[in-house]
Amino acid sequence: MSAPRFRAALAVVVALAVTGLAGCGGDDPAGPQPGGSGGATTVSGNLTVLAAASLTESFTRIGRDFEAAHPGTTVTFSFAGSSALATQINQGAPADVFASAAPATMRTVTDAGNGAGSPTTFVRNQLVIAVPKGNPHGVTGLTDLTKPDAKVALCAEQVPCGAAATKALDAAGVTLTPVTLEQDVKAALAKVKLGEVDAALVYRTDVRAAAADVDGVEFPESSGAVNDYPIVVLKNAPNKPAARAFVDHVLSDTGRAVLTEAGFQVP
Amino acid sequence: MTLLDDVASPAPAAPPRRPRRTGRVPVALLLPAALGLLFLVLPLAGLLVRAPWSTLPQRLTEPGVLTALRLSVVTATAATLLCLALGVPLAWLLARVDFPGRRVVRALVTVPLVLPPVVGGVALLLVFGRRGLLGGWLDSTFGVTLPFTTTGVVLAEAFVAMPFLVIAVEGALRGADGRYEEAAATLGASRWTTFTHVTLPLVAPGIAAGAVLCWARALGEFGATITFAGNFPGRTQTMPLAVYLALETDLQAAIVLSLVLLTVSVVILASLRDRWISGP
Amino acid sequence: MTADLTVRGATPRVGAPLLDARLVVERRSFRLDLPLAVHAGEVVALLGPNGAGKTTALRALAGLLPLSDGHLTLAGRDLDRPGRRLWSPPERRPIGVVFQDYLLFPHLTALDNVAFGPRRQGLRRRAARERAAGWLDRMGLADHARSRPRHLSGGQAQRVALARALAVEPALLLLDEPLAALDARTRLDTRAQLQRHLAAHPGATLLVTHDPLDALVLADRLVIVEDGRVVQEGDAATITAQPRTDYVARLVGLNLYRGHATGHTVALAGGFELTTGDAHDGDVFVAFPPSAVALHAARPDGSPRNTWPTTIGGVQRHGDNLRVQLAGPIEVAADVTPLAAAHLRLAPGRPVWAAVKATETRAYPAAPPARDARTDR
Repeated sequence: MSAPRFRAALAVVVALAVTGLAGCGGDDPAGPQPGGSGGATTVSGNLTVLAAASLTESFTRIGRDFEAAHPGTTVTFSFAGSSALATQINQGAPADVFASAAPATMRTVTDAGNGAGSPTTFVRNQLVIAVPKGNPHGVTGLTDLTKPDAKVALCAEQVPCGAAATKALDAAGVTLTPVTLEQDVKAALAKVKLGEVDAALVYRTDVRAAAADVDGVEFPESSGAVNDYPIVVLKNAPNKPAARAFVDHVLSDTGRAVLTEAGFQVP
Repeated sequence: MTLLDDVASPAPAAPPRRPRRTGRVPVALLLPAALGLLFLVLPLAGLLVRAPWSTLPQRLTEPGVLTALRLSVVTATAATLLCLALGVPLAWLLARVDFPGRRVVRALVTVPLVLPPVVGGVALLLVFGRRGLLGGWLDSTFGVTLPFTTTGVVLAEAFVAMPFLVIAVEGALRGADGRYEEAAATLGASRWTTFTHVTLPLVAPGIAAGAVLCWARALGEFGATITFAGNFPGRTQTMPLAVYLALETDLQAAIVLSLVLLTVSVVILASLRDRWISGP
Repeated sequence: MTADLTVRGATPRVGAPLLDARLVVERRSFRLDLPLAVHAGEVVALLGPNGAGKTTALRALAGLLPLSDGHLTLAGRDLDRPGRRLWSPPERRPIGVVFQDYLLFPHLTALDNVAFGPRRQGLRRRAARERAAGWLDRMGLADHARSRPRHLSGGQAQRVALARALAVEPALLLLDEPLAALDARTRLDTRAQLQRHLAAHPGATLLVTHDPLDALVLADRLVIVEDGRVVQEGDAATITAQPRTDYVARLVGLNLYRGHATGHTVALAGGFELTTGDAHDGDVFVAFPPSAVALHAARPDGSPRNTWPTTIGGVQRHGDNLRVQLAGPIEVAADVTPLAAAHLRLAPGRPVWAAVKATETRAYPAAPPARDARTDR
């Protein structure tokens, strides 16, 4: 089998796997897109947005608002760890917009030439200490987490919330031994919800979304590890007009209101 | 029939042995078979093609790789032993004892097959976790906690892999001629002796096949493990977890780790197969 | 019929039988009710068509199937008596079984197959193997002690199975169609050897078979079952001479009719009359062999007493002769030589005359079998 043919076959398999992973099948990236070069009013068709897991609640709302503002559009989200999404994009997953939870992850996409234009930072997120509802262990700051019997979950360093946690802990000069390094922020939070750990370092937005089950304890060192969220229209976006309109919507006042309510800070 | 028929009739001639068919393989079978093979092999080939061969040696010698590999092999083996100890008797029960609700029990046994492993991990937490149905009692009585421990990894892997063993062994038991067990009974063997001296040897190939499947499934276990046992290098970070996290930042590292897992499993499975499972 | 066969003499037995049983098993539409008594050293054959309940009886004796009613007493011990809720599992019964396809454990050598029973009786491995080796030696299989069952011939496997069953020194030895799995040539040899070993067995032996030859050669006494009940029992000579059911008659190759005798004339159902050599009054069986029937193209002269017109129903090879089934007014099997057949141009549907000499018929009273009187106890 010749190399190009082999690559083509490989691409098919990867595309299959990626759409399966993203769970967002349905739209045909190669299909003709109506509308096109006009203004926001002519935007229509399907739009696929890959967004960091921490954006799940707020982006879902923004998506509904966007569909209402632009009748004829359908927004499909794929929420996952930013790095996983970046890998999918770089392997050719058909998508229009990418919203990452970390600039570093965004860079892997733009460095590969997959971004159309440069990314815009649309929100910032800060770490807080998530503790079970009512804070039974009376956690007030990072040093409480270093107690020998304290069970703490962090994100793995490979994912943005883990990198941020490391930065914050370094800034505070605190060394702690977690019992687990979770694969994403939601998993870390779930361990708190289930009562398996006493605390986890997660984003403020995640705590707010899970306010029924957990409390958030703010700590000063988190300001040293603020996480910027960049958003970009993808170069191979099948529906670029809608993609641009969506990014504009996120950056608009209505978009920012939703994000602020979810616990993000707007720059 | 008369008395003399028997002696008078000639010995029935043995049917002539038919030579194995070597004719043309039908295209209707060959084509999908080839496609199926391609479908399974192509992704593996993809891994090989995209592997960073030049930096492979240095990536392989990174300490984390060996640690995760060792942990994977140890936990998968322990999980398989656990499955053998619990799953073979369970399979025997399902195959040989007619009790009310057997169909329900059989359906329950296969639940982990269809349950998303992550859900399996959550379910394990709800039972064996700190606040779980049994976990709290285990902790307060014995001071044993299972989540975030290597034992937890073994439990998670066993939970997901046991159905493979039970199904394989039950199938083998059903296929085995139960009259051998009757013969053993008429020779004075109790049910237990019959099980250990007759039944087990008869279904040994089925048990071996089930154990191999079980081991392979345990080795690749990800969802239940990371949910129930978490992820910590050297303690609960098995190869699939390491692969997943490597994927977050470094695709090539993930490919390398996958290749290691692939190579080790293929070598072990191939050698076991030759030894215990009668192939063609 | 039996002159050319080695039939074991029927030795009269005295004292209490070793096996005393009335096997009652009820399953769906089938009911087995089988009184059975076997003395020490006696070999009894349970003979009957497929589905008669032979295997059910064997399984009930071995403990693989519980009795619904009745009792099973072996050497004075109740092994199964539902009335008193007594039941011993198979492993606690002093019974050895040779299964139809032997069921030798495929993962064990011949030696270990035979040693399996003695081991379970508590013998140490070495002692059990020594005993097993002794049995294999007796079976002429010393050279095959280390062979796995799949490397044994049919006859060898049969002997290993016999050795395995005898090695537990059972009070009752059960054999289920012991020769059925063998080809005819091997069967002849094995049958002779089996006869020797059964004769040497001090306990009771019950042989289940549908092959009358096996039964006649191997057994002292035959118990014939049909549809779950004993239809006839006795030694080989009695049964072959005086069959009491169509099945037995076919087994021994006789035409059999039941009718009412007045002197030498027997009236059959349907009004047909046969003249017999024996004179009786009352219900009788009339039997004659197919070879006693002569066929003629036209009404024979000199007229033997029993002559009637009929048609050919079917023709089959039978040894060197042809067996002709005659249709109506009574069903009769007749044996003719190929020469006679060619002469008569026998073909189904062709009309012929049948003739049977009265002197070649046998008539005997159709009193119910002696057993029936004492089935209830």
